[in-house]
Amino acid sequence: MYSRQILSRLTTSTIRSRCFASTLVLAEQIEGGKLAPVTLNTLTAAAQLKQDIDCVIFGTEKTNETANELKKFTNCNIKKILLAENAGFKGLLSESVTPILLDIQKKNNYTHILGGSSTFAKGVLPRLAALLDVQPISDITAVIDKSQYSRFIYAGNAILKLKSNDPVQIITVRGTAFEAAKQGGGSGEAQIEKVNSTPNNDLSEFVSRQVQQSERPELASARIIFSGGRALKSKENFKLLYDLADLFPGQATVGASRAAVDAGYCANDLQIGQTGKIVAPDLYVAIGISGAIQHIAGMKDSKVIVAINKDADSPIFAIADYGLTGDLFKVLPELTEKLKKK
Amino acid sequence: MAIRILVGVKRAIDYAVKIQVKSDKTGVVTEGVKHSMNPFDEIAVEEAIRLKEKKVAQEVIAISCGPPQCQETLRTALALGADRAIHVEVAGKDYEMLQPLAISKLIAAVAKKENVDLVLLGKLAIDDDSNQTGQMVAGLLSWPQAVFASKVDIKDKKAEVMREIDGGSETIRVKLPAVITADLRLNQPRFANLPSIQKAKKKPMAKMSPKDLGVDIKPHQEYLSYEEPPKRQGGGRVASVDELISKLKEKGLI
Repeated sequence: MYSRQILSRLTTSTIRSRCFASTLVLAEQIEGGKLAPVTLNTLTAAAQLKQDIDCVIFGTEKTNETANELKKFTNCNIKKILLAENAGFKGLLSESVTPILLDIQKKNNYTHILGGSSTFAKGVLPRLAALLDVQPISDITAVIDKSQYSRFIYAGNAILKLKSNDPVQIITVRGTAFEAAKQGGGSGEAQIEKVNSTPNNDLSEFVSRQVQQSERPELASARIIFSGGRALKSKENFKLLYDLADLFPGQATVGASRAAVDAGYCANDLQIGQTGKIVAPDLYVAIGISGAIQHIAGMKDSKVIVAINKDADSPIFAIADYGLTGDLFKVLPELTEKLKKK
Repeated sequence: MAIRILVGVKRAIDYAVKIQVKSDKTGVVTEGVKHSMNPFDEIAVEEAIRLKEKKVAQEVIAISCGPPQCQETLRTALALGADRAIHVEVAGKDYEMLQPLAISKLIAAVAKKENVDLVLLGKLAIDDDSNQTGQMVAGLLSWPQAVFASKVDIKDKKAEVMREIDGGSETIRVKLPAVITADLRLNQPRFANLPSIQKAKKKPMAKMSPKDLGVDIKPHQEYLSYEEPPKRQGGGRVASVDELISKLKEKGLI
């Protein structure tokens, strides 16, 4: 009788530990072993699920350094940081990463797996979802509860609230919709654990990477963005925007509309819009941009929008907090001069 | 070596249409609204046709899953140069709730059945903005994926693909059979001319059902509501650069 009691208690506790809900965050490493800023927004979304969080970092080297950075977020309830480090992860190809992630999931039975809306996570998480036979949820903008989320559809023109009935919820998080997690503020001490991970991938290989070098902040983390459209007329004229951005070192950078990218005025990774980057800076200055639906989808959550355009009827003026009608080739030099003196 | 390509096309509300959320929040108004081929799929079709013109591909099969109106979208793909089409018919409520996982299973089943070497898809559909189908098809088939492609070069049963990534671009090499999804910069799609539109009417179109393919399309998610996004209180104007600077200073932005 007594032993039966112990036995039943044991069984219950095993079941409880196995059913214990927890979240896995796909933490991202960028150049030099640093933690990608989008991971911090993802942690905020993950924390809203109010479950223990494990993080996993994939990389060819320095995952320990990335983990040490991540450890400083003591208020995020991170219990464990799994390190999957192997030279074979070069280029972080989906075919190398997904099987390892699948193993980690099979071992730990997470109820939620989250990643930021980066090209890396967008490549890997749907592939993982297919292998687990679950329908992933892209680019969430709000967590309603443990199975309900909001996301934008139709280029941000409608908000869909959905309920997932899958046992594992695989989610990418729209970075600009969640504050970045802040360091400290808690006593949690995350354990660092190496995962035995040797990728076995004969399907794909990494060849090369071309990264745009810039001293200015990333579009996603810039406080101010000066963004140019087709009306800039040439690549050379984009310098007018860089001159403005350089008045705010470390805070401001330059973006572009798709029309400007297609016309070859700037590199395509500057493109803001539904098919480019989604940004939400404190100040967005749209210069010579008419405000097509596709562009607005990428910037309409900016705190303050300024529009400078010669056409007083441009749709951009309908969403701008401050619209200035005028020729950008006159307005920009004047703006630059006056800001220099401020 | 000439490969066979399956190219996926989705019928979606035209990209230039300002969509309207239904007042009862059950969806977006689609009746009487202009629909066309998802822009990313036009790029996928164009790439498939170019591969055929370069004699890399021997046959291009277009596929679409959805209501009977999808046949118009498939006819467009045929007019652009696809050889034949497959319509997997899903209509009514089933179509409204058809989710990327189910579509991926349908495409994967057809890819196997038709024994293709390459599945070409757009990187996302501009209606649900999911950006999942290509990756899931690749996962289901255990094929490599090259997503967000801006350049594709195929030789010796391998595809060298330049892809758009955060902060720049990268080049990877994938073994065929593979899945590639098209980014906007992959190419400039052509327009179909009248003779090819006429010719397309005679090209074969097969009809299938999810059941024929042995695929369960049961939705994994419920859609609770559709809402208008909060409106921005824009529309403010300033008369001069000085006024603009003083307003921004007041707000502590500069």
